[in-house]
Amino acid sequence: MEFVTTALPALSDAAGLIFQPLVLGYLVLGVVMGLCIGVFPGLGGIAGLSLLLPFMFGMDPILGLALMIGMVAVVPTSDTFASVLMGIPGSSASQATVLDGFPMAKKGEAARALSAAFSSSLFGGLVGAAFLTLFILVARPIVLEFRTPELLMITIFGLSMVGILAGRVAIKGIVAAGLGMMVGVIGEGAFEGELRLIPASWVYADSGSIEFGIYQYLGDGLKLVIVGLGIFAIPEIVALLRQDRAISDRSPLGGGWMTGVRDWMANIWLSVRCSVIGVIVGVIPGLGGSVVDWIAYGHAVQTTPDKSKFGNGEIRGVIGPESSNNAKEGGGLVPTLLFGIPGSGSMAIFIGAIALLGSGNIEVGPSMLKNNLDITYSIVWMLALANVVGTLICIAASGGIARLTSVPFALLAPFLFMIISFAAFQSGQNLMDLVALFAIGFLGIMMRRFDWSRPAFLIGFVLSTPAENYANQAVQIAQSRFRKGLEDGLDYIFSPIVIVLIIITVISVVMGLRQAKQIMAEGAVDAGQKRAPMIFLLLVLAFLVAAQMNALAIPDYAWRDRVFPWFVSGVAIIGALILLVQMMLRDETHPLFADREVANTDNNVHGLWSTLGWFAGLLVLTSILGFILALAAFLFAFIRYRAGRSTLFAAGYTVAGILFMCVMAGLLNRDFPPGLLQSFVTLPWPLT
Amino acid sequence: MTIFKTTRRAAAGLVAAAAATFATGAYAGSNGGMGIDLAGKTVEWVIPFSETGGSAKWANFYAPLLSEALPGQPTVVVKFMPGAGSTKGANWFQEQSYNDGTLIFGSSGSTQFPYLLGDPRVRYEYNDWNVVLASGTGGVAYLPPDLAGMMNGLDASALQGTDFIYGSQGATRLDLVPLLAWEMLGLSVEPVFGIKGRGDGRLMFERGEANIDYQTSSSYLKGVTPLVEAGTAVPMMSWGALDADGNIVRDPTFPDMPTFKEVCEATAGCETSGDQWEAWKAFFVAGFPAQKMVFLPAGAPAEAIETFSKAFDAVKARADFGEISKARLGVYPQMTGAEATGALGSATMVPDSAKAFVVDWLKERYGVSLDG
Repeated sequence: MEFVTTALPALSDAAGLIFQPLVLGYLVLGVVMGLCIGVFPGLGGIAGLSLLLPFMFGMDPILGLALMIGMVAVVPTSDTFASVLMGIPGSSASQATVLDGFPMAKKGEAARALSAAFSSSLFGGLVGAAFLTLFILVARPIVLEFRTPELLMITIFGLSMVGILAGRVAIKGIVAAGLGMMVGVIGEGAFEGELRLIPASWVYADSGSIEFGIYQYLGDGLKLVIVGLGIFAIPEIVALLRQDRAISDRSPLGGGWMTGVRDWMANIWLSVRCSVIGVIVGVIPGLGGSVVDWIAYGHAVQTTPDKSKFGNGEIRGVIGPESSNNAKEGGGLVPTLLFGIPGSGSMAIFIGAIALLGSGNIEVGPSMLKNNLDITYSIVWMLALANVVGTLICIAASGGIARLTSVPFALLAPFLFMIISFAAFQSGQNLMDLVALFAIGFLGIMMRRFDWSRPAFLIGFVLSTPAENYANQAVQIAQSRFRKGLEDGLDYIFSPIVIVLIIITVISVVMGLRQAKQIMAEGAVDAGQKRAPMIFLLLVLAFLVAAQMNALAIPDYAWRDRVFPWFVSGVAIIGALILLVQMMLRDETHPLFADREVANTDNNVHGLWSTLGWFAGLLVLTSILGFILALAAFLFAFIRYRAGRSTLFAAGYTVAGILFMCVMAGLLNRDFPPGLLQSFVTLPWPLT
Repeated sequence: MTIFKTTRRAAAGLVAAAAATFATGAYAGSNGGMGIDLAGKTVEWVIPFSETGGSAKWANFYAPLLSEALPGQPTVVVKFMPGAGSTKGANWFQEQSYNDGTLIFGSSGSTQFPYLLGDPRVRYEYNDWNVVLASGTGGVAYLPPDLAGMMNGLDASALQGTDFIYGSQGATRLDLVPLLAWEMLGLSVEPVFGIKGRGDGRLMFERGEANIDYQTSSSYLKGVTPLVEAGTAVPMMSWGALDADGNIVRDPTFPDMPTFKEVCEATAGCETSGDQWEAWKAFFVAGFPAQKMVFLPAGAPAEAIETFSKAFDAVKARADFGEISKARLGVYPQMTGAEATGALGSATMVPDSAKAFVVDWLKERYGVSLDG
């Protein structure tokens, strides 16, 4: 009945929302951007979505959604290019594709591998969208019963899964999530307005002082744009920049497009099974993209009688992972749309973006299922459509897209730094934005180096506010119910849904702890040295202890602002102490001491500090000369000296970059960060 | 009622037409020396909130109309500078000085309350600024049907034994007005803090976790009216509106709804006189009838103030203004000139006794300390 009265009209409303030229145009634009992001090795959906975030302000919700869904849906399609042609995973979701895709390319069968992969991707994407439709239908009546205790419980479930499944050392994931939550509580408490992790005296500092400036900046907490870009985009870009890959190591495409499609047809049942695996893995918060391809690959190996060809160019080794990694996007949207619990880093950004888009009226989770069912379904439609469009573009323009993989990253990086800085500045229109971006970026680089889960950090950050609100509100409402009667209160807290969720959480945590050792979220990272990982852990611990002390200093009358940071930092401190003890006992080859710098896992050519120095230079120059002048100097110097291009080329690049920036800012009607210079001299736009 | 409304609308139309004539006439003169010309310039309208709030909707409604009405038809862009519950943007505006009339600022009740309560974060002074427009709004409290049924006409005393839960943004914000009103009626309302906007409060009400709520007029029309029609919510009272003499009368947007004043008079133990009532009224006046205001920065010359005031007059005088503003702003006074200055005065000058009462009440009831 429900289906006929509510779901069907919503489904057709949703179709009406999408099939408009403008919406389709944005969807295609998102797809094209997603394809580009996916093609560049290392850049994935999270970095791509973070870059879109600042442009979401004030955009028509459906257009913004089209842009984002287009991008999210096709990254796992186009990341195949780098995996097959260069033997480097285009993103974390296509690591397994490399194993058989790259040998095929070396044998001259690149086109066959790619077309089989695209067919699988398309199929997987459609299965994911179909599953999501079905799941929303089935789960909606249950989700609408969710009140604060249920929401709190599902948040706890999501966080515990994300923490435990984030990497090889489960406790590290929990501490990373705790760290993200503690960064999320910085600023004014939502309940009593007590300042957290900012000295209270700064509120009373002089108007023009740095202390008052920092207070005003951090009082509302760090913005998702800054944290997303800092924790994901900057470490990836810096890492790629340090590798400075040569241009020549790409295989030619070759022929055999139809052979690949026939290969897929012949293995359609493998594709079906791997799509289902992808959906299920996608639904579980925390597992996400980094493991789904390996599970599917394992399944493909198990179900193939002749295992000898795996690793040497077995087509089933391409079809399996590629079916699963597109399907997982549909699965990943299930916890995101139904409960507002991001299962992966990109979904965390997605949730933040919808909050910006909907002008506060759309919030993912039960309220969206209740009030914006048409928008919910339009997300499903767009997901399916984006997969189709993405596959078509990939096949039609494969030659051109393949060429993109060979663009030297040194030419791309300054452009990305430019966009990131501009994007970050839009969140607060304050030079502090760039400082915060740099600081969080540095944290991200260190987390990546020592194999601390960055998705867990980001999800912790995003869920920090809802978790605190749900917890405090549930307690407050429960208190009032208990005053009415014991039974009333117990009914409220231990509803059947809550009990089921508690059981699921306990079972999943136990199972997750057992399985965690097999999870290598960002590939295997060598270990081998004790000192550096230990120092990083001690710094994390120091921050957590500071947060704990800060929470304890909150006076009694404002206890509501104290409980959450006190509890979370307490749990994280215990986790960090366990890690510390383990580090003291274990020898230095244990995964605890993962450190990318030790064995040079990334094949770095450039040092970290010199690479970071370029970016720091842009910031310092901006604070003196203002953004545009600093950017001009940065672009020119970078292309001329770091990338080693001619002066003329560097000048042309600089002009193009500045023009692009001015057109963007002009269209969006935004200003650039001013520097010291601008406080003495009045300059015309865009130099202001 | 219908006849009354029609008559009033006709009267308003006449006034508007007269104003239009006046405004057009004034413009002829304005180009000849008085007033400023903004041709080719860009006026920045700074809103100290994010893109998602009510102030954004209000500014986005006015910006294109203002652009047409200003001499020289400058581009009017709305810039958002959110932070610290709008004190960040207001502090910034305080440091700006008048340059060429290309900067205006939009404040809200959330900017007024910290100022009135002596919040240490406030570094701005309303008296330094120059008001050119003041927009009013109203608010409606509502209940679930079973509780609303317990009210005896306007008498709310039957509700005094019920435990109420209310999703609140914080006792020092606009929520001060409903919280104090319910307390005066003798209701024991427990505010559950930590919600981000009034929309979240409504969702708590819809989920059955909260059993009393209030919304500002535009949100009520959009979000609660469907609930009322579905029978899951019943309006309890509006905060009312101010007439020309400063008396609280029925809200013109909700003429069928009793005001808090009427309910208070009918309920035993609630007084419409004395310190408590005066404090409530003072903060209601500060928060609603002149909730959103437009300012020119300190030091603006008279002709700039005149130019902007007249531009807003011209916007109000548009033939279609009643129609387009009703849907987006509700039927509330949009005041300019001396009216706006008067509204600013009543919105930012709360009697010391009322302020002292509220500060004590916040401290005693919610443990909120506002001492610098």
